[in-house]
Amino acid sequence: MASVTVRDLHKKFGETHILKGVSIEVPRGKFAVLVGPSGCGKSTLLRLLAGLEEATAGTIHFDDRDVTSLAPRERDIAMVFQSYALYPHLSVRENMAFGLKLRKTEPAEIERRVKQASAMLGLDHLLDRLPKQLSGGQRQRVAMGRAIVRRPSLFLFDEPLSNLDAALRSQVRVEIRKVHDELEATSVYVTHDQVEAMTLADVIFVLNKGVVEQAGHPLDVYARPATRFVASFLGSPSMNFIDVELARDGGGWVAAGKDELRVTFDAKGFEKGLVAGKQVTLGVRPHEVELFSKSATYRTTNERGAPLTVSIVEALGTESFAHGKLGGASFVARLDAAAQIKKGETVELAFKTVHLFDRETGQSLRDEA
Amino acid sequence: MNRKPSAAESIATHLVLSAAVAFSLYPILWVISIAFSGKRPPEARVLPLITEPTTAHLTAVVGTSRDGHWIFGQQLANSLVVSAATAAVGVLIAIPTAYALARFRFAGKETGVRTLLATQMFPTVASAIPLYLLLDKLGLLNSRSGLVLCYASTSVPFAIFQLRAAFEAIPVDLEEAAMVDGATRFQAFLKVALPAARPAIAVTALFAFMSAYNEYILAATLLDKEEMFTLPVLLKSFIGEYKQEWEKFAAGSLVVALPVMALFYVAQRHLIAGLTSGGVKG
Repeated sequence: MASVTVRDLHKKFGETHILKGVSIEVPRGKFAVLVGPSGCGKSTLLRLLAGLEEATAGTIHFDDRDVTSLAPRERDIAMVFQSYALYPHLSVRENMAFGLKLRKTEPAEIERRVKQASAMLGLDHLLDRLPKQLSGGQRQRVAMGRAIVRRPSLFLFDEPLSNLDAALRSQVRVEIRKVHDELEATSVYVTHDQVEAMTLADVIFVLNKGVVEQAGHPLDVYARPATRFVASFLGSPSMNFIDVELARDGGGWVAAGKDELRVTFDAKGFEKGLVAGKQVTLGVRPHEVELFSKSATYRTTNERGAPLTVSIVEALGTESFAHGKLGGASFVARLDAAAQIKKGETVELAFKTVHLFDRETGQSLRDEA
Repeated sequence: MNRKPSAAESIATHLVLSAAVAFSLYPILWVISIAFSGKRPPEARVLPLITEPTTAHLTAVVGTSRDGHWIFGQQLANSLVVSAATAAVGVLIAIPTAYALARFRFAGKETGVRTLLATQMFPTVASAIPLYLLLDKLGLLNSRSGLVLCYASTSVPFAIFQLRAAFEAIPVDLEEAAMVDGATRFQAFLKVALPAARPAIAVTALFAFMSAYNEYILAATLLDKEEMFTLPVLLKSFIGEYKQEWEKFAAGSLVVALPVMALFYVAQRHLIAGLTSGGVKG
C-alpha cells in the first residue's frame, strides 16, 4: 500500500480546463472518496492517478515515487471501472488471472490468489463462466476480484456501484469497505452519491468546477461545510438557504429576513465574519430543526419560532418532511411524525444549528472552517 | 408482443415465405435441371424438371485434363489460394488501419477516410487497364500473386470500414483495464481488442474471400493461360462465340458454388452476429 500525494494538478482538454490546481493527500491505508457533481473533474482526477490521462501540469506521488509521467502498468495500481470492463472473451478465472499472467506470475501462485479472492467475494462457483453469463452484481464482484488478486499499492474505484440497483448497492458498498479493511489497502473512490461518500470514506474530497472545495473527515465536512456548495451537496434533503441581513441584538446577533424572520444566534465560532448590516445566506439543514416550544431553551432561537407555511407533507412513517416557505425561501423541515403537521398549516420552528455563508463568495463565515 | 399467431395468420405467413423461397430458388433449380439433364430441354417450359438424368456434364467439367494434368483441380486450387490469400492480406492490412482510425486522433485522419471512401466509388472495370499495365511492368501477369495484389487492394477499403465500426463498438474501458492490469498499449490491442473483434474479423475475411472467389472481370483480363484460370474464368470459357456448352456451365456453377456454401454454413452464426454487431449494443 502507498500514500498518494497530488500537488497542484492541472488538466486541460483543448481549451477546456477540467482540473484547476488540485492538491490532495491520502495517507497509507486510508479510504479516500472524491465526490462532486457531474463534470466537476473527479473522474478525470482518478484517471490521472491511474495514468490513463496525462497531466497538463502538477505532480502525482505514490509514497516518494513520482509517477506523474509513468504508464498505467508501471504504477502498481488496480482499478474497478464503472462499466466493470470485464474481458468478454475470458472466463471469470481468466479475467482475474489476466494481470498476473502478464506479470509472469507462477501458475500455482496465480491459482492460489484467484482462489483466495474468489472465496473472499463468493465467486467460487462462477469461475468458469463468461462475463455475459453473470448478473450485474456478480460482474461487479469479478471486477473487484480482478483488482484484489493483483495486490496493488493503490485501489482506484470509478463509480463502481452506479449500475447496481439500490438494494444491491448498499450490500456491495459494505463489501467494498470490508475488502479495503481486510487488505489494509489505500483506496481512492469516485462517486457522485453522497451516501456512498459519507459511509465509505476516511477522508472525503468535495470537488466542484475543477477545484477541491473542502477536504476532511466526512462527518467534519458535513458538520462544518466550508462553502455554500459543500453545504448544499452533502446531506439529503439538501440544506435550506435563506437570504438574511445581520444585525446586533443587545449582546448577541440576529439574522433578519423576509416574512418577519428573526433568528437570534450564538455568535460563538463566527466572531470574525460578523458585520452588522451585512447581507449573508443563512443555512439550516432539514434535520437541524424542531418545533418551537416556549419552555425549551435553544442555542439558536428567538422569542418565537420561525414561521414555516407548509405546502406539502411527505410522511415516511417515523418522520415527516414538511415543505413550505420560510423567510421568503423554499424550506424543508424534518419533523417527528407524531407532530402530525398538515398541509396549509403554519408551524413555528426552532433551529438547532445555523450556518452562515458570504452572499458573494459562498464561503462559510465560521471562524475555523 | 409475443402472442401466438392464429392458424390463418400462420398459413398466410407460410404462403408468403414459400413464394419468396420459390422465387429465389427458381433460377437455381433451372441450373440444377440443366446440369443433370442428358438431353438439352426445350427452351420454353415452366417447370425446371430433369430429363434423362445423367452426371456426364459434371464429370466432364470436373475431370477436365490436358496432357495428363488435372486442369480443373489446378483451377480450383488457383481460386481457393487466391481467395484465401486475398482475405488474409486484406484483413491483415485492414486490422491495424481500422484500429488506428477507431482509437487515435491524428492529422489527416478524416481526409484519409474520405479518400478511402472515394476509392470505393470507382467500378473495378475502370481500373482493369491500369492494373494490367502495372502488373505487366512488374512481371506479375498470369500469376496468382498479381491477382491477390489487385483483389486485396480493392477489398482493403471495405474491410477497413467494416472493422473500424467493430473496434468503435468495443468499449475503450476494456483496453484501459488491460493497461492498468499491466499490459502495454500493443498487448491491450492484441489480448483484448482483437479477440473482442473476432466475429467482425471473421465476417470481413469471409466477404473478402467471397468477392475474390466470385470475381471475373479482373481475372479474365489479367490471366490468359488456362492453367492459371480461376473458376469464374473457366465457367465463362464454356460459353464461347461458336460453341455454347450450357450443360457444362450449369454443372460447373454447382461445383463452384460448393466451397462458398460450405463456408457460409460453417460461419453463419458468426455472420449474423457480425452483421448486426455495432448496430445493437450487446
